[in-house]
Amino acid sequence: MEAGVKSLFDVQKLRAEFPILSVTVHGKPLVYFDNGATTQKPRAVINSLVEYYTACNANIHRGVHSLSQEASAAYEQARESVAEFIGASSAQEIVFTRGTTESINLVAHSFLSPRLREGDTVVITGMEHHSNILPWQVLCEKFRAQLNVVQVLDDGTLDLKHLNSLLEQRPKMLAITHVSNTLGTINPIEAIVRMAKACDVPVLVDGAQAVPHMQINVRALDCDFYVFSGHKMYGPTGIGVLYAKGDLLNEMTPYQTGGGIIKTVAFDHTEYVNGALKFEAGTPNIEGAIGLGAAIKFVTEVGMEAISQHEMKLHTYARTLLKSIDGIRFIGEANDNAGVISFVVEGTHPFDIGTILDQQGIAVRTGHHCTQPLMERFNVPGTVRVSFGVYNTIEEVDVLIAALKKAIKMLK
Amino acid sequence: MNTIAATEQEIVEEFEMFDQWDDKYQYIIDMGKTLKSLDESLKTDDRIIKGCQSKVWLHSYVKDGKVFFEADSDAIITKGIVALMIRVLSGHDADEIVKAPLNFIEQIGLKSHLSPTRANGLAAMVKQMKLDALALGATLKS
Ligand SMILES: Cc1ncc(COP(=O)(O)O)c(C=O)c1O
Repeated sequence: MEAGVKSLFDVQKLRAEFPILSVTVHGKPLVYFDNGATTQKPRAVINSLVEYYTACNANIHRGVHSLSQEASAAYEQARESVAEFIGASSAQEIVFTRGTTESINLVAHSFLSPRLREGDTVVITGMEHHSNILPWQVLCEKFRAQLNVVQVLDDGTLDLKHLNSLLEQRPKMLAITHVSNTLGTINPIEAIVRMAKACDVPVLVDGAQAVPHMQINVRALDCDFYVFSGHKMYGPTGIGVLYAKGDLLNEMTPYQTGGGIIKTVAFDHTEYVNGALKFEAGTPNIEGAIGLGAAIKFVTEVGMEAISQHEMKLHTYARTLLKSIDGIRFIGEANDNAGVISFVVEGTHPFDIGTILDQQGIAVRTGHHCTQPLMERFNVPGTVRVSFGVYNTIEEVDVLIAALKKAIKMLK
Repeated sequence: MNTIAATEQEIVEEFEMFDQWDDKYQYIIDMGKTLKSLDESLKTDDRIIKGCQSKVWLHSYVKDGKVFFEADSDAIITKGIVALMIRVLSGHDADEIVKAPLNFIEQIGLKSHLSPTRANGLAAMVKQMKLDALALGATLKS
């Protein structure tokens, strides 16, 4: 371990909170560097799910009986936690969804679709995840609108001049990622939202890769929509968040219809409830919301600032060591990076590297990371991606470096 | 020429010599390196078998009544396993190829590479080899 690299919390103690970290893979201790895909879960989150089913399972917003009241209260408490966690003005701005992907689809259908006309433009960027491309592409095709894509520069940052010129065409929407899942680039979202607001353009921010790594304040960002997934921030799968500013939800029509979202239903007319519940038709993922609440409590207790700093240390340490490896090429060299390193090694295929690392117990992501246009942009078939989480250690980085050197030796 | 079963057995015996994972993978990698690359003119889109991550090109043809395969991949481990498949299947009767159980892959501990979730195109390649054999076999009979 490098002298001077000291953690802000006791990593070993924290690791003990994650039962899965003690498994072995191919007989070797698991080194989990695929946090960008999904994070592992602390005991507090796992226990919250077990406790929910053990002590308070009931359908919500329906029953007068005590259990139902308790379950409803726990579910709504989770909504309050999310609101507070991202600095929303009110819990009524928070819709629970299945995840980032569903949140984006919801906004595309309920917000943009009624506003889009032939000849309009919609702006996304060249570093979006497929989940933040396809919903817009489909709408643009349907309405014969133009999907414009902000260029990515060689260092993996956005061409802000290009963005500005596209915003001046007054698009009906800007949908942009806060942090690139492939490159780790942190986009200057606050400034970008200001640019968009100057042109009256509504903004959706994909926060899937930002929320786990930094303190988010949606009011400071001033975006209209902010979306993320529970499973990438130590919470359960199948739960995600759509934040919609102020009254926006009231202006939007439901994306799915069904039970739980109505004031009155007659066969000739239905009146919907207002606010977030209007977008949660049917029995929602109650355990997921509660588990997400537990995840928020977990990261808040560790401290978002401490998590950021810890991951930055790992990032800096790993990059320094990786840099000395012959033939390595980093994809994405932005200064502002949220703990992601994407690279290729000359003369090897990412798949081969990933396979040999897996044999040594190391989980990294290889491939296009659901960002095929970005891979084309950098002219690579894919990359090897190392993405850090709160429980990773400097020692694990050392293991990675040794394993990678071995892989390269075998492959070349 | 060996039967398919005999070649499979031969490979199983070769792999029994390795008790370390790295020796086994090194062997596969070296086979990938020695497999003759497919002529660029044959690396056409209609010969591509797409996995999510690595590509495989498969060229199947008939010579002297037997079905032959040539193949390539952009990933070297994939190419090594492709080389094994070719060694086992190429140059046999279409019928034999279609019926080959290919148990050796499991026996040498590479089964996970053939799982459809592995995203490397190998599972699809084996299927395509058999389909091509079936089709080429049919043209031979008619
Ligand atoms: C930037 C980004 N957006 C969207 C998604 C999709 O998230 P989910 O699959 O949880 O809906 C991901 C997941 O990889 C992502 O990294």
